[in-house]
Amino acid sequence: MGSMKEIFNSLFLKELLKGMSVTGRYFFARKITVQYPEEKTPQSFRFRGLHALRRYPNGEERCIACKLCEAICPALAITIEAEPRDDGSRRTTRYDIDLTKCIFCGFCEEACPVDAVVETRIFEYHGEKRGDLYYTKQMLLANGDRYEDQIAKDRELDASYR
Amino acid sequence: MDALMNFGLGIFGSAWPAVWTLLKIVLIVAPLMLGVAYLTYFERKVIGYMQVRIGPNRVGPWGLIQPIADGLKLLLKEIIIPTTANKGIFIIAPMLAIAPALACWAVVPFTDSLVVANIDASLLYIMAISSMGVYGIILSGWASNSKYAFLGAMRSAAQMVSYEISMGFSLICVLMVSNSLNLVDIVNVQDQGRFAGWGLSFLSWNWLPLFPMFIVYLISGTAELNRAPFDVAEGESEIVAGFHVEYSGMAFALFFLAEYANMILVSALTSILFLGGWLSPVGFLPDGILWLFIKMSAILFLFLWFRATFPRYRYDQLMRLGWKVFLPICLIWLVVVGVWMMSPLNIWK
Repeated sequence: MGSMKEIFNSLFLKELLKGMSVTGRYFFARKITVQYPEEKTPQSFRFRGLHALRRYPNGEERCIACKLCEAICPALAITIEAEPRDDGSRRTTRYDIDLTKCIFCGFCEEACPVDAVVETRIFEYHGEKRGDLYYTKQMLLANGDRYEDQIAKDRELDASYR
Repeated sequence: MDALMNFGLGIFGSAWPAVWTLLKIVLIVAPLMLGVAYLTYFERKVIGYMQVRIGPNRVGPWGLIQPIADGLKLLLKEIIIPTTANKGIFIIAPMLAIAPALACWAVVPFTDSLVVANIDASLLYIMAISSMGVYGIILSGWASNSKYAFLGAMRSAAQMVSYEISMGFSLICVLMVSNSLNLVDIVNVQDQGRFAGWGLSFLSWNWLPLFPMFIVYLISGTAELNRAPFDVAEGESEIVAGFHVEYSGMAFALFFLAEYANMILVSALTSILFLGGWLSPVGFLPDGILWLFIKMSAILFLFLWFRATFPRYRYDQLMRLGWKVFLPICLIWLVVVGVWMMSPLNIWK
């Protein structure tokens, strides 16, 4: 009897009509498309975009060349070289992030003891040659200077969870 | 009309009938190509809407220029011929695919007088020409000298042959009840009967007494077109793009045009054979070409709806459906119609 019912159902295209009724209903559903350049989806303050190196308010760079970020980076995208500065403090002489390797996992940010390397909300950047996405220390510091207001605000929002 | 004829005869002399026919061909093919272009736009919009997206909307208002942009892009792209391909056949195959798709329109009647060639065997002509389309696909797959193209061509050949049989049987039912192979007559016969007398002619069209054949024709038509859910010849996920994987630029565009021109053709044929062509559904509205276009659009929408809904058939399921389901249904209904016509209940006298 069950098999008869099955034959009946398949002969009268029951399942197919059911499927078509679903797509037919969605034809009239409200569209969820976001018209990207004009409209944007909301971003979390934990958004992981373009990297930046921060400074203290007095202009001193935060990074102390502990190389924890370099150690934790799963994609081996960070290269750091360091030596003592003239005043005896330990600072990087080279801090490069290869964004073509980076997977934007945010581990570097988490590993950093002084909140020096952070990921900003910026995701609309591009390079026209391969080397363009190889960010050096100067470029990262420039990012930090440029977006410091937003970065500081986001860290503050996140502070109660850390 | 007579003035135009005399004017033409005066200018072209004895060559005028040929020129006049060419003019009529242009009058059909040019809107057809425009229709194909906008069918692609319509398809992207409809499928987008069913997937809760809004489809192309950047080129022109509501994206209306999108098909023109696509066409220009394809025209400007390079046609790459693989080094191992058979060059001659590789170039000819897309033309073989599109020629039958266009040639069929010669006998498609738009109203009872608006038809390029009103020949008595027009249904037979359509059957013969439309099955030529498979040559384009087989030869393109063969000439590409690529595994995927070859597999796609083999699949498509087997599929087309299988579904042509059930399609042919459903057409036999139609011509049994119409007693004619002429498409104009087939439509005119649908305007007779008890319901047509009551002014409800949509109930006397062939779709109602031949309902199973209507469904079989619609589904086999989808299969014949290599459209989803029967697009195993393309099968993006298994064999990349099937028979046209090696084609680019305008050569690819020709296959594309052929597929969509065939879609419009099958929708026109379904409207003519089962849905009363240009006849108006109710008695108090006049017949006209507009009705044919409305019916064609409805069926084209169905094709797009199928594509947005159904996942692709597996190859063996496809063959099973063609041979073990449709063929028996067709044979049974053929006998049913035959007995019906011989019995006192015959409604087609």
